[in-house]
Amino acid sequence: MSSSSLSVQGLAKRYGDFVALAPTDLVVADGEFLTLLGPSGSGKTTLLSLLAGLVPPDEGSVRIGSQDVTYAPPYERDIGVVFQNYALFPHMTVEENIAFPLKMRKVAAAEAKRRAGEALEMVHLPHIAGRYPRELSGGQQQRVALARCMVYKPSIILMDEPLGALDKKLREHMQLEIKRLHRELGTTVVYVTHDQEEAMTMSDRICLMNAGRIEQLGTPADLYFRPRSLFVADFLGESNILPAALRGRSGDEVEIGLGTLGVPGRALANGNDLPPGSEVRVMVRPQNLTVARGAGNAVGGLQGRVSEVMVTGSLTKVYMEPLDGKLPPLVAAFPTRNETDAVRIDDVLTLSWSGRDAVVIADMTADRARAAGTA
Amino acid sequence: MSGQSLAMTHVPGAKRHSPPPAWRKPVLMGAPLVLLLVAFLVFPVGQLLALSVYNGQGFTLAPYAQLFASSLYVTVLWITLKISLATTLVAVVAAYPVAYLISIAKGPAKSRLIFWVLLSFWTSFLVRAFAWVVILGRNGVVNSTLMSLGIIDSPADLLYGFGAVLVGMVHAMLPLAVMTMLAVMENIDRTLPRAAGTLGAKPGTAFWTVYFPLSLPGVAASAIMVFVSAIGFFIVPALLGGRKETMITQLIIDQVQQTLNWGLAGAISVLLLTVVLVVFVLYDRVFGFASLTGESAVVRNRDTAMRRLGGRVLAALGSASDALIGLMPRRHPLRGRAERPLALTAFVWLLLVLISLPAFLMIPLSFGKGGLAWPPSGFTLQWYQQLLDSPIWMQALWRSIVVAFGTGLLSMAIGVPAAFLMVRGRMRGKGAMLAFILSPIVVPRMIIAVGMFYVFAQMGLVGTILGLVIGHTVVAVPYVVMTMMAVLRNYDTRLDLAAQSLGARPLAALRHVTFPILGAGMLSSFLFAFATSFDELTISLFSSGGLSATLPKQFWDEVTLQVSPVIAAVSTGLLLFVATLIFVADRLRRRSLAG
Repeated sequence: MSSSSLSVQGLAKRYGDFVALAPTDLVVADGEFLTLLGPSGSGKTTLLSLLAGLVPPDEGSVRIGSQDVTYAPPYERDIGVVFQNYALFPHMTVEENIAFPLKMRKVAAAEAKRRAGEALEMVHLPHIAGRYPRELSGGQQQRVALARCMVYKPSIILMDEPLGALDKKLREHMQLEIKRLHRELGTTVVYVTHDQEEAMTMSDRICLMNAGRIEQLGTPADLYFRPRSLFVADFLGESNILPAALRGRSGDEVEIGLGTLGVPGRALANGNDLPPGSEVRVMVRPQNLTVARGAGNAVGGLQGRVSEVMVTGSLTKVYMEPLDGKLPPLVAAFPTRNETDAVRIDDVLTLSWSGRDAVVIADMTADRARAAGTA
Repeated sequence: MSGQSLAMTHVPGAKRHSPPPAWRKPVLMGAPLVLLLVAFLVFPVGQLLALSVYNGQGFTLAPYAQLFASSLYVTVLWITLKISLATTLVAVVAAYPVAYLISIAKGPAKSRLIFWVLLSFWTSFLVRAFAWVVILGRNGVVNSTLMSLGIIDSPADLLYGFGAVLVGMVHAMLPLAVMTMLAVMENIDRTLPRAAGTLGAKPGTAFWTVYFPLSLPGVAASAIMVFVSAIGFFIVPALLGGRKETMITQLIIDQVQQTLNWGLAGAISVLLLTVVLVVFVLYDRVFGFASLTGESAVVRNRDTAMRRLGGRVLAALGSASDALIGLMPRRHPLRGRAERPLALTAFVWLLLVLISLPAFLMIPLSFGKGGLAWPPSGFTLQWYQQLLDSPIWMQALWRSIVVAFGTGLLSMAIGVPAAFLMVRGRMRGKGAMLAFILSPIVVPRMIIAVGMFYVFAQMGLVGTILGLVIGHTVVAVPYVVMTMMAVLRNYDTRLDLAAQSLGARPLAALRHVTFPILGAGMLSSFLFAFATSFDELTISLFSSGGLSATLPKQFWDEVTLQVSPVIAAVSTGLLLFVATLIFVADRLRRRSLAG
């Protein structure tokens, strides 16, 4: 277990009546890549600003390494921040921008120049040292911002939606680039994004936030396959969330009955030990459903009528209205093949799944903000 | 209407037509303004300058011989430069913290700050200069206060000296300096100083190495605006200065009004214009004109010794201020950190009170029995009574309102299309055309006024409302174009395209979409032109003729000939008028944004 480089205890921030961040605990390990993910207004940027020292907290504490920095100004914290719009100084050249933090740390000019050059090598832009930020493309500005942040080797780098302004292709390229730099430097990174795919590809752990609090903290696989709440299941990727009743238990799996018909099926208990008869939700990812033609009779067989077929590229998605009217619409996905046109609208299909691919979600709260509002 | 018939409906009047010639629209939009400036700026100024080398029979250099025969004119030019430079320096340095505070303030605090700056900005130069006469006079506020405190025994001579002129000039120019600087500061990205903080810069260093260099174009723009205004100013030196503070514009007035020596007036104008042009060329070399309109200047010098030296000086300033901040008693660093430092706020409010106070002193004086001596005694409405009973004042007021309305309407009619052309049109020579449109601001007002007088006299326009409206429009229209350009730049042109795609023809799109959205901006442009005319003295001084004075002209005649408390009553009225105007404009702006 590596040591923690950042720990937060009971940290909270309010603006008037609005709770931007409810008291929050968080520990980030040394060298970890942690992503703060959530919809806008979920508190992820507030948490980042508190870590950076850009706004003072109302309560709680922040420790970086062994130092309490709760109320320390940004320039006394050993951090680097990559801002959403990069915040490159327009009146300084690229080289001067990158040397700026070194100058602030009283590094001799010649040494600063050398290290700025190295940082530029690292982001593959050694030839643009003399240019001004406005003369660079968006991707180049992004790299310069990264170089400026890495050149002084802060123990933590905070990134606030750094790729938000780039187009999809460039964004995917920069994701790989940031991962590479993270691997080479071994710095702790706290990364803010609202893009769930970005969070899944890049993170060691994801901290999913909602309405000012942490909804779930875990590895991408944890969040994707073992969501604790409906919010998490719904936020990350597409999912089928079905009402079910618990029937019995065997090992880490449970037997369930789905919908009014009580169609039998299996699912992972997901840490829940509710008694048989409890009403729960079961989540199955579209690509884990097996599709069979006609009214099959397999265990876990749900029948639905096809309402839409979409070829999204590598995957083909089939949307269905279940024959059991009490169940919500279903979606299944499978690799696109040449003969996918075989599935047509109004076909009746049977869906089944392995018990290892479905999970029980006991927490029914889908939207804490709304729940808190009506309470 | 059923869906089917809707689908069949086509835009009435839609027909196939050949494209109009590409040159027609820009010419129609730009021509009126260009013609106005050629006829009533270029031609009159050219006439005046020509008079310095043409004496009616042929070429002559006699006026220039006269100009350099004695040391008088060169000395006056030197004094003018000295006063203008000193004014610029003090005004810009004092304006910086005010503009900075406004740029970082939010919400109601920001509106309050802007209100006080605007109030000073729009309060008549005459009222403000006259207030200083009252404050610094022998029986004025300063002397009577010092004497009642026992600090001095007899009144000190505060008026009619370099100090009084400098105070008056700085007071006159400060609001202009703030507003010009603010335009640039508002565009500085607030995350940049914060980013500097996360990179290890302490607040002082972050300010001097990041924020300050980015605000320099604003400082430069503000400096040149103040300098050019100051060099053509005559109200303050005439009212507050002695003979040693005569400025060059006063000499031009003397030549035209007293000695009727047009040749010499032309020669002095050439001298003044040359100085202004030299300053502008230097400015363009260093900063570029783009910074005047609030756009960031293009950086040209990449790595010069100058730049490195500047960098070192700023870094040193940064360290020094951080050391100073470190010396101050430190509250819990982040917990107590306010976005707006207390000392700065206090300083700015003190400054705002100081620049607003003089005009407000007119209020108690206007109700006092003791005339213009301080402190006011008793209560009377007699000065207001005298004012209302005076046909001269009432006619002047009426004439000023009519002229200001006419100026506002004419400026909008020819300025708005030109602004559209400048922002949206695609054509060559746009930069040159913009420079031409803005030239009435650059050419010293006195030169325009004298040239115009000469031309108006030949056309029989002296003493007419039409003449005044034309004259005021020439100096007001650049402001209309500038404010409208700023408004139009922030306007999403796709809305027009959307309207046109929904079937609106260009004029209908203008009427139903563009104008309603731009309404507030257009109103403030109109008010800008209205207020410029309402306070205009220089052109009116000559062109209003002897008997048909405007309000500022009447005010001027009154204060230069005799000083009566009626002036205090007029000042109070003007102050109220301006305050109401700003208030109403602000209300309308907010309502249009809300709606």
